[in-house]
Amino acid sequence: MTRIIVIGAGVIGCSVARELAAFDAEVFVFEKGNDVAVGTSKANSGIVHAGFDAHPGSNKAKFNVAGAKLFPALSKELDFPYKNNGAMVLNFSPEGTDKLKELLAQGAENGVEGLRIISGDEARELEPEVSKDVYNALYAPTSGIVGPYEMTIAYAENAAANGVKFCFNRKVDSVVKKPSGGFIVKADGKDYDCDAVVNCAGVHADDVNNTVCRQKEKIIARKGEYMLLDKSYGYLTYCTLFQLPTAMGKGVLVSPTVHGNIIVGPTADDVPDKDNTDTTVDGLNKAFKLASVSVPALTKRMIITQFSGIRAHSEKNDFTIGESDTEGLFNALGIESPGLTSAPAVAKYLSGLIAEKYNLEKNPSFNPKREGIKQFSSMTDKEREEIIRKNPLYGKVVCRCEVVTEGEIVDAIHRVPGAVDLDGLKRRTRAGMGRCQAGFCTPRLMEILARETGRKMTEISKKGTGSELLVGKTKGEKL
Amino acid sequence: MREMICICCPMGCRMTVEKTADGYLVTGNTCPRGKAYAIDEMTAPKRMVTSSVPVDGGNFKMVSVKTAVSIPKELIFKALDSLKGVRMTAPVKEGDVVVKNTAGSGVDFIATRNVDKC
Amino acid sequence: MKRNLVIIGGGPAGLAAAIGAYDEGERDILILEREPNLGGILNQCIHNGFGLHTFKEELTGPEYASRFIREVKARNIEYKLNTTVIKLSGEKRVTAVNETDGLMNIDARAVILACGCRERPRGAINIAGCRSAGIFSAGTAQKLVNMEGYMPGKEVVILGSGDIGLIMARRMTSEGAVVKAVVELMPYSSGLNRNIVQCLNDFNIPLKFSHTVVDIKGNGRVKSVVIAPVDEKLNPIMDKAEEISCDCLLLSVGLLPENELAKQAGIALSPVTGGAEVDENMMTLSDGVFECGNVLHVHDLVDFVSEESAHAGKCAARYIAGKIESGSERIKIGTFGGVRYCVPEYVYRGKASEGIGLKMRVNNVYRKVRIKVVADGVEIAGKNKQIVTPGEMETLSLTAEQADKLKNASDVSVGLEVK
Repeated sequence: MTRIIVIGAGVIGCSVARELAAFDAEVFVFEKGNDVAVGTSKANSGIVHAGFDAHPGSNKAKFNVAGAKLFPALSKELDFPYKNNGAMVLNFSPEGTDKLKELLAQGAENGVEGLRIISGDEARELEPEVSKDVYNALYAPTSGIVGPYEMTIAYAENAAANGVKFCFNRKVDSVVKKPSGGFIVKADGKDYDCDAVVNCAGVHADDVNNTVCRQKEKIIARKGEYMLLDKSYGYLTYCTLFQLPTAMGKGVLVSPTVHGNIIVGPTADDVPDKDNTDTTVDGLNKAFKLASVSVPALTKRMIITQFSGIRAHSEKNDFTIGESDTEGLFNALGIESPGLTSAPAVAKYLSGLIAEKYNLEKNPSFNPKREGIKQFSSMTDKEREEIIRKNPLYGKVVCRCEVVTEGEIVDAIHRVPGAVDLDGLKRRTRAGMGRCQAGFCTPRLMEILARETGRKMTEISKKGTGSELLVGKTKGEKL
Repeated sequence: MREMICICCPMGCRMTVEKTADGYLVTGNTCPRGKAYAIDEMTAPKRMVTSSVPVDGGNFKMVSVKTAVSIPKELIFKALDSLKGVRMTAPVKEGDVVVKNTAGSGVDFIATRNVDKC
Repeated sequence: MKRNLVIIGGGPAGLAAAIGAYDEGERDILILEREPNLGGILNQCIHNGFGLHTFKEELTGPEYASRFIREVKARNIEYKLNTTVIKLSGEKRVTAVNETDGLMNIDARAVILACGCRERPRGAINIAGCRSAGIFSAGTAQKLVNMEGYMPGKEVVILGSGDIGLIMARRMTSEGAVVKAVVELMPYSSGLNRNIVQCLNDFNIPLKFSHTVVDIKGNGRVKSVVIAPVDEKLNPIMDKAEEISCDCLLLSVGLLPENELAKQAGIALSPVTGGAEVDENMMTLSDGVFECGNVLHVHDLVDFVSEESAHAGKCAARYIAGKIESGSERIKIGTFGGVRYCVPEYVYRGKASEGIGLKMRVNNVYRKVRIKVVADGVEIAGKNKQIVTPGEMETLSLTAEQADKLKNASDVSVGLEVK
């Protein structure tokens, strides 16, 4: 059977793996982290872009518009949170109107439906908290929001259910082309044979590409810092609010998340270290200040947490998608915004290419449906009653801020791929994601993780080896 | 001479205490309570020591403990050392002795909560 | 299910409220507690220093709690453990869940919110840096150390000199950790002097006033924090920053009343305290819903929580018995001269049958002041203080006669007069 190794378990790697699972092939996903969605896919804006932003004819434009159209059905099929909330690009000056019109024309050319320019007053009628300084705006009714890591996890679970094998803590060092055809993927001192490689390594995709391809690539790590507001301020906006790029910069967005928080950001700073997701005072201040231009009511008291993500910016300023100059190695390179939106289309396209090249048959037992973790907080009282009767662990609330029960925690741990650390639990269940930021539930979550996975409390980590939460027992007691 | 902050009230007077031929000279205090506290701290400072030790088979994993009364300050760490390796078994009653005569102080560590068997 | 009185929270506030209500004659009481034990946060406060005010002796947290738990059990007051209230409606319908009863809808004639407070997290104070393991709120660390027997770090920096931070400095030291510094943004501590002396000075732990943490470094686990002094506007002076190596940062940067249920029920909250606005009966502006303890406003001493909550319980019982007139006109108590807030925020118009206790916090350190209540420009009660600080709650008790003047004035306020 054709063996394919997908490198990277971000949204691109997981969606590609899931689409490949629809064919008769042996698919592995190699991920250097200990879980899916631990890089860019966990720290981005979570926007399903309408598609007016990318230059017509570019890969970004093509995959964005195609990808966005897949979301309504896909989010149902894979059971991840998605909402079509619409977006506005806010313009603050009469001079900006021309630029707004350009965007409108560009969007129309890209095939985006429903775009129109609205006056400042109309914008404020739709979104009362929008600044009075807004002169006019481009309204994009097809824009949406998505839970980016939930989407990645959904793809991964469905891939796994259809036979894809996930190999975590497996960092690929190089890819070597075999003279007889196919590849050896070298990871952690071991060699893994395969017929095809799909490089979905995000900010490190250039490193993977450059070990084997003649055409060298360069990915620039572009840090984006965000802040998240308490759900009580969810009323600040329903739409996603972009700012019209000016000579002063690209601006930041203010948007609801699928969970009802408000997200603010991102900044865009090129950084030398691809894995450094530290937040900075300057970055956060800048994001806050810029966002206040769109929504003057913002105050720092509303913030519950900050984070940053590294985007894989390619020197070409476009996605590189397809077979590389090395036969059998497929690249998904430079996947920055609108990468999340594009992922479903990229995955369909790449899996199609691969299936054609290797004459892959359809997998007759492929099941495209996946059911997510049942969320207690969004159930009706009747549903709650029922589920507690079936499994009393749903009657035990562990995270009080987000109302997450032990039933959900246990489910998240035992899924494939399941949560192995606190951050993994947080992304799957939202435990610790709320206003107390895991102050109350940390000890309890650790205990459940230890119990369900047969590990010691001192082995439980925040985000994998090296981030264990405890350093030992009291009284110097032996472990 | 020693400087100290008075803990008797929120004033938090900064006091200095000097040993004199026939006792101590306290300055910086605003009331007699401060003076008494300062002299105590110079002659026989005492502290209550609290901690917790593991308990097996109970509705709590740890049982909290304290020295039944305050002990000389210099014995704090010796007293804490006497808790190392101590494990209790449920049930434990508030007031139960956990370590007798800790650090030779003549004072026992006692449990400060009930731990029921479960 | 129908109950006369549902008390949400079985910590010090809920326990005292239940006892207060029972002793006023109410028998149909149900306490809902989300943890596996009664006693609330006192269970993890194993240090001594509780109860001096109430019992005239120094107790540890668990001992203080057990006195109230015994009283509740002696009265056969019903309580449910491991039970989380997930909803409170404006019509006093309490929705709660646990493993054995499943989902319960309880229609109460009166509800007392006694659900305490939570710690302000890192995100709320915007500290930049890594998102590694080793950053805990002081209370989380306290639970891990005291209740679970685990150490969250070996070399510790503590941000904030609130009492929990100070207590944890001593506690971590007593378990063999090295506390390298306690860093406080303000030029004064919000903790008690006694804790500064006995938790820091006793162990030579440096307390750095007017400093803050400006960066946290480390990949998987915290490796160091960068601290810097701040100017008068509390902005960090970066060229004076210094790096301290550590594997753990504890945050003790304030407590916030946990009022999500009140918000759900549409109860008006005070922007200053974060708690509901209440009248002298501890009733919120929502009829029959009472609030007390740290969910109402953050207290300095548990003794005051117990006292306030017993009063709330008593008033709830009276309300159920139809002895409190609701819906009559209220007058707002204003504040002046450095008083940040006063609880209760309102009093009823009408005849006072008993005294009223006022609790307040000030916004800075003031020396030689008079705290006074002014009704229509005339002082009706007051007391002199050598010093007042933001860390300590101030109280003022009005006699029935003074309360009467308060209730019949058109303009009432509480404040400080600096002498």
